[in-house]
Amino acid sequence: MGRGVAFALEGVHRSFRSEAEGEVVALAGIDLAVAAGAFVALLGPSGCGKSTLLRLVAGLDRPERGVVRGIERGPGGASATRARSEGAARAESGTAPVAMVFQDAHLLPWRDVLANAALPLELLGLPAAERRRLAEETLVQVGLADALRRHPGELSGGMRMRVSLARALVTRPRLLLLDEPFAALDELTRMALDDELRRLWRAAGITVLFVTHSIAEAAYLAERVVVLSRRPARVVLDHALALPAERTAALRAEPGFARELGVLHEALRRGAALA
Amino acid sequence: MKRALTRIAPPVVTFVVGVLLAEWLIRALDVSPLILPRPSAVWAAATGEAASLLPALGATAQAVLIGLALSSTLGVAAAVALAASPWIQRAFYPYAIFFQIVPIVAIAPLLVIWFGYGPRAVVAAALVVSIFPVIANTLAGLLSVDPALRDLFRLYGASGFATLWKLRLPWALPYLLTGLRIAAGLAVIGAIVGEFVGGGGLGVLVLGAMRQQRTDLVFAAVAYASLLGLALFAAVGLASRIALRHWHASETER
Repeated sequence: MGRGVAFALEGVHRSFRSEAEGEVVALAGIDLAVAAGAFVALLGPSGCGKSTLLRLVAGLDRPERGVVRGIERGPGGASATRARSEGAARAESGTAPVAMVFQDAHLLPWRDVLANAALPLELLGLPAAERRRLAEETLVQVGLADALRRHPGELSGGMRMRVSLARALVTRPRLLLLDEPFAALDELTRMALDDELRRLWRAAGITVLFVTHSIAEAAYLAERVVVLSRRPARVVLDHALALPAERTAALRAEPGFARELGVLHEALRRGAALA
Repeated sequence: MKRALTRIAPPVVTFVVGVLLAEWLIRALDVSPLILPRPSAVWAAATGEAASLLPALGATAQAVLIGLALSSTLGVAAAVALAASPWIQRAFYPYAIFFQIVPIVAIAPLLVIWFGYGPRAVVAAALVVSIFPVIANTLAGLLSVDPALRDLFRLYGASGFATLWKLRLPWALPYLLTGLRIAAGLAVIGAIVGEFVGGGGLGVLVLGAMRQQRTDLVFAAVAYASLLGLALFAAVGLASRIALRHWHASETER
């Protein structure tokens, strides 16, 4: 898609009808533009509409009011919803513009690691040998070279999440959407995967939108943090972090990091008091 | 090995003790063999009459297997159709329940009228009683597919057929196998009731033995039928374990 804007939301509004609460407004007029190649964390309390926002960006859902621009407009980029008509063109390259990683690994338990990672390529219609080669390559990148033939049931939570990450990266997406991906993992595994994700982002030059409710994770990973309020979600703070590009465990102990945590914490608190 | 032994030994001991106790009680109380034959007499009939019991078992087993094959294919097809939309489900599912509540004894004569005397009516009876658990369980499986995985398939533009073949059907497999385990036992019941009316197999042998007041032979035939049901149950269990060997433990306990 080249330089410029990866995607943009303009006045996006989305609500749901729930049995218990009636009409629930998830997003109330969200404006958000993300530059190509950026790493943006979306920080907000649980259930504030972050996942809804992610599904809108992915093209899996449509806003009631407002526009989602970007991914579908890019030269050569197909929107997820229009993907099938352009499937033939993309089948040769095995690329898809958007990839998504969910809260849990969500792998197919009957497929081994290799076949799970190759699934997107299979759905795009890539030939078997090519699928295998690309999936293997991506699995090596996420450190799973020795687990190709194992099944999800035999893997630890961290390893399953790595497979999920490989499955997202295998189509060489331009935009990677992650929905609290490491929330269920223990602290050490989570930090290791955070580092892995940073490294992959810097190597691949893709745009990352990372949804989380952890202040520390948002500050450690992202270049820019967008803080959302409690439902109905509004943007409380849009903040570029003043932190070095090189992120290591030592950063967590530095005063600059603590200062950023304070800023984000304050914004989250303000967001919780709203509405 | 030791674990297998500790699992198998208790029921075997119960069986042996129960048989010995029955043998002794029936002798001690001098029960008429017309009412309750001694286990040794049943064993004698089961082995001595094997020449007529085995072909009857074969005929019944064949009808049961064909009935089960039909109910699993038709049941899965029906479940796929029902899962296509909530409207189709609302319109037709109540009628699928018909298969569960229909008294097979009452409609067996109808099946004979439609399919004639012989194995076809028996297969139909096995089919009618065994299809509902397949439909109900497969449908539950198809409807419980992980929404995140649905999103994933949509994200990569998967066709409806690819989603069915690569996601929804494999996802429903553990459910289908649970349904099949229930269906296997029901199919044996259906086939024997079908044979009472439509002729052939263990069903007819039971009726003949009853008319000749050969209670020992009735028991022997019942034992053969039970073994058939047990063998099918075990076969489905084995198939499940092979098909689901990679699934996580929590995912097979449905």
